Amino acid sequence: MGVNQIMFILFSAVIVVFSILTVTSRKILRAAIYLLFVLVATAGLYFMLNYQFLAAVQLTLYAGGIVVLIIFSILLTSHINQKFEPVGWKKSLFSALAAIAGAILTITTILDFQFSATTEAAREVNMHLIGTSLLSVGNDGYALPFEVISILLIAAMVAAIVVAKKGAPKKPESQTLNQ
Amino acid sequence: MNTGIPLSYFLVLAAIMFFVGVYGFLTRRNLITILMSVELILNSVNINFLAFNRFLFPHKLEGLFFSLFVIAVAASEAAVAIAIIINIYRRFTTINVEDVDVMKY
Repeated sequence: MGVNQIMFILFSAVIVVFSILTVTSRKILRAAIYLLFVLVATAGLYFMLNYQFLAAVQLTLYAGGIVVLIIFSILLTSHINQKFEPVGWKKSLFSALAAIAGAILTITTILDFQFSATTEAAREVNMHLIGTSLLSVGNDGYALPFEVISILLIAAMVAAIVVAKKGAPKKPESQTLNQ
Repeated sequence: MNTGIPLSYFLVLAAIMFFVGVYGFLTRRNLITILMSVELILNSVNINFLAFNRFLFPHKLEGLFFSLFVIAVAASEAAVAIAIIINIYRRFTTINVEDVDVMKY
């Protein structure tokens, strides 16, 4: 068993265990930290697949950005020691049944299917290639999705600011409704 | 393939992660934990894209760029969702989905 196999087993064990803990933990801050572990292990998988750029994006954007955002909003909205009440057994049972049935269906399909790989030579993925493809309009270019995603990011930024901004103070009604 | 790990292992791992996310999405009641389940689901899909790209079509870059765009969409989704969650918290002082059932007040 080579180093690769050991690393894969390690990463997948971390991913499976901590993603289950993320959705079952009764303390919300711990769930966020478990999610961080899952995301870092996923970045490790990307490194194993030789996509260094995407692994770096995963680490900075997901592990660095989104988790920090989630932790901030947890601190803003809930008490730090707050514990969720346990999920009712009926809901838990039926959700688990749905998830397990879906997982069994998907996994048996994956194991049955014969994937046929292409015979063409692999291309080395480096920063130069990614940059030129992102801005090229040719055959292997992604200029249009790049522009669309930049507009989406601007729209999301403006929307986040507008939505989260405190509206004009209208004390009388909001006092009675917020109590 | 240089990693020595079959493609199906990656796919099975991503499927498990996806359905754990689905389970969390169905059972959780707090909005932020639901958002965390969605992040799990998006991440597992990214693993699928990259594994397909590396194992089946290593001369192309589709999977890489698609997961790059998925990450961007996930980031903007998280930002907007958290803005909405904070707004809901201001108005109702709770982010439990069962208590937030009024759209207009």
